[in-house]
Amino acid sequence: MGTAAACASLTETPDQRRDLLLTVIEDYHRDRSNLIQVLHMAQAIYGHLPEDVLCTVAREMALPFSEVSGVVSFYSYFTTRPRGRHTVQVCLGTACYVRGGKKVLDALRDILAIDVGQTTADQAFSLEVKRCIGACGLAPAVAIDGTVYRRVAPGKLKAILGKYE
Amino acid sequence: MIRLTVDGRPLLAEDGETILQVASRHHIDIPSLCYLKDVHKTGACRLCVVEVEGSKNLVASCIAPVTEGMVVRTSTQRVRKARKVLFELMLSDHPNDCLHCERNQSCEFQKAGEILNVRSARFEGRRSRALVDDTSPSVVRDTSKCILCRRCVTVCNEVQGVGALNAQHRGFTTEIGPGGDLLLGSAVCAFCGQCTTVCPVDALHEADSTAAVWKALADPEKVVAVQTAPAVRAALGEEFGMEPGTLVTGRMAEALRRLGFDYVFDTNFTADLTILEEGTELLARIVSLFRSKGAVSDERLARLGMPERLPEPVLPMVTSCSPGWIKYVEHFHAPLLGHLSTCKSPHMMLGALTKSWFAQKAGIDPKKLFVVSIMPCTAKKFEITRPEMENDGFRNVDAVLTTRELGRMVREAGLGFPTLPEGRFDSPMGVSTGAADVFGVTGGVMEAALRTVHELVTGRPLPFERLHVAPIQGFERIKSATVKFAEVKPEWDFLEGVEVGIAVTHGLAGARVLMDQIAEGKSPYLFIEVMGCPGGCISGGGQPRLTTDEVRRKRLEAIYREDEGKPMRKSHENPDIQRLYAEFLGAPNGHRSHELLHTHYTERRRT
Repeated sequence: MGTAAACASLTETPDQRRDLLLTVIEDYHRDRSNLIQVLHMAQAIYGHLPEDVLCTVAREMALPFSEVSGVVSFYSYFTTRPRGRHTVQVCLGTACYVRGGKKVLDALRDILAIDVGQTTADQAFSLEVKRCIGACGLAPAVAIDGTVYRRVAPGKLKAILGKYE
Repeated sequence: MIRLTVDGRPLLAEDGETILQVASRHHIDIPSLCYLKDVHKTGACRLCVVEVEGSKNLVASCIAPVTEGMVVRTSTQRVRKARKVLFELMLSDHPNDCLHCERNQSCEFQKAGEILNVRSARFEGRRSRALVDDTSPSVVRDTSKCILCRRCVTVCNEVQGVGALNAQHRGFTTEIGPGGDLLLGSAVCAFCGQCTTVCPVDALHEADSTAAVWKALADPEKVVAVQTAPAVRAALGEEFGMEPGTLVTGRMAEALRRLGFDYVFDTNFTADLTILEEGTELLARIVSLFRSKGAVSDERLARLGMPERLPEPVLPMVTSCSPGWIKYVEHFHAPLLGHLSTCKSPHMMLGALTKSWFAQKAGIDPKKLFVVSIMPCTAKKFEITRPEMENDGFRNVDAVLTTRELGRMVREAGLGFPTLPEGRFDSPMGVSTGAADVFGVTGGVMEAALRTVHELVTGRPLPFERLHVAPIQGFERIKSATVKFAEVKPEWDFLEGVEVGIAVTHGLAGARVLMDQIAEGKSPYLFIEVMGCPGGCISGGGQPRLTTDEVRRKRLEAIYREDEGKPMRKSHENPDIQRLYAEFLGAPNGHRSHELLHTHYTERRRT
C-alpha cells in the first residue's frame, strides 16, 4: 500500500489525494492507536505532512492538533516540509560508519549545500541519514530513491548524483 | 494491607499506593517537583528518587507502587547526590532570573532547590529556545522557563479535554506548545488558564493587566470603577497566607477602596440580574415550545409577561457565564451555538450598566469611566476584547485582573490585607442575594435559577432543604436532577406536572459528553449549566495556586456559608434589581436588556 500510494501521489489530483487519505483513516477505524500508521500513509500520499493534512488527520480521528503535531515532530521519519524529487539516504550503521560513511555524508553536505533533513533549493535532493539499511557487505552504502550504491567513496558522489535531475 | 519499611520504620500501606503517598502520610517528606497530588504523576523530573532494596537503579517514588516487604531509603548519600545533580541539570537550562521573575518565592522549582540544599550550579550548556508567546489576551507562555513537567499537558488534555498543549519535538528540543507554527492566540485554546494554576514555574501565567490598572488609577481624568466576582472573596485571602476557605468580602472591598478605586461594585449584583434574564429566557424558550404545539394563546402570552417576540424553542438551554466554556463551544461544538443562553456574563452586564445606568444616575461622562473586573478567571481577559462587548461606542469592561494579580497589587501597595477593616460595596450595584454567591461554585447558577424560576411558576419556594439542590452540589463530573412543576399558578397551567431535567458539569471534558448528547438528539435535559473550570469559578484559572481537591472543598464551603448568611437568597428579591428594572431596563428580556445585557456567538475553527 505504501508504495502504491506513493506512486499514486505523482498523478492524483488534490481531491483524489484527500479521498485516499480519508479512506486510509476509515480503514484504520479512526482509532487513535493507529495514528502513526495513518501518518505514515498520509506521508506516502502527500510526500510530506503539511499543516492542513495534519489538521485533517486530527479532525477525522478526533484528536487534538497539538497531539498529532507532537507525534509528527517526535519521529524523524516524518517531515512537514516538501521533499526533493530524489531522496539521498546515507547509511551510518556500524559497518558503514567504520568504513567512512561519515566522510561520505560530509561530502554530500558540501556538494548539495544542505544539512541532514533538508532539501536543496531547486527541490532536486533531500538528504537523510539511516541507521543500517541492511547492506553491510557493501559498506559504505548510499541509497538514492531506493537504489543502493556500494562502496561509495566521496570522489564518486558527483558522478552518481549526476544521473538524477 | 501491605507492609513495607521506609527509612527503618515499618509502615502499613493500601494496595496501589505509591512510595511517595505512603511516606507523605507518615510525615516523611520526599522532595518532588513534577508530581501534583490529585492531578499529575508521570515521574518526569525524577527529583523524588529513592533507593529500593533489590533495585539497581534509583526509583521515582511518585509513580512506584509499594509492594509487600519493600525496603525503601529516602535520604541516603546516593539519593541526595542524585537529586542535586538532577536539579543542577535542570538549572543549566533555566534563565535563573529569579529576582525579577513573577514566581519569585512562589516557584516550586526554586522551593525544590532550597529543600535539596543545592549550593552550586556546576553545569553550563545549550539553552532551549526562548519564546515568549503573548499572542493570547489571557495566557502567556515562556518556553525558556519551562521544566517540561507536563502538568499543563495533563490538565489541558485530560481534565479539560481541550488539547491546546502537548509536547512537541523530542530530546533537548522538546517544547510544550500548540504544535506546528501555531501560537496560543490562534490555537484552539479555551483560555481557561487551568495550565497557569498548575505550572510550577513561570512558564505559563496570565497576561498582565496590573500596569494598565495602576495607570488608570493614577490618571486624574479617569473615574475608575471596580467589581469583584463571587469566587474571589473565597480565595483572595490565600494570597496573603490565610487559610483556604476564609471569606474576605469586607477586607477585599476595603483594599480596593484603598488602592484608589472610585467606585467598588459587586459582580454579585449582576449575578442576580443574570438569573432574572436567564431564568426568563429559559421560561420563554419553554413557552415557545408549548406555543409551537398550540398550547399557549396570544392572550396567555401577555398574561405571562413574556417578551413579545418569543425565542426559538432551542432546548436544552445552556448557561453562558463562563467565557472559557464559550470559547470552547465555539471551537468544538459550533453547530450547537443556538443552545447557549444569549446572556452576557455577569461582569460584562455590570460593565455595560456602569457606563449607562450608573453613569446617567451619577452624572458621569461614560467616556471618563474605566471599569476593572476582579475575576477568578483568565478567559475573562479575552472576553472583554470580543468585538460584541461594546455599547454606544464604549467597551463594557476595560481591564480584568485575576485574583492573583489583585493579590500582587495589594502587596505592592503594602496594605496589610489580613488586618484591614470590613469595607462595603457602593450603591446601587453592591447589594446581592445568596443566589449570586453560589455562582462561584459548580451547580450554583443552576440552583440560583431554579430558586427564581420555580417560585415564578408555582408561587412557592423551591422544595429543597435550605434551597440547596443537593443532587447538583459537589464535585462529581456530571450531575443531574429533575425538578417537577406541581400546583402551578393558574397562568402557567400548561406546565402542571412538567418535569424539568437539568444537568450540571464543570471542567470541559464533561461538557463534551453533554454536547455530544445534544448533537445526537439524545439529551434528556431542558437546562444545562457548564462551568469551564473543575469545581467552577472557585478554582478558576486566575485563582491562587495551588488548587488541590481539599482547597477546592474549603472554598466551596465558604461560598455556601456566604449564601446562607444572607438575609435574601433569591435573586428576584434583590430590591436594587427591582429598582433597576423599574427605573431603567423595563422588563427582563425587554428591548433595553437585549441591547445591553445579551450577546451572540461566533463559530471558530475546530483544529
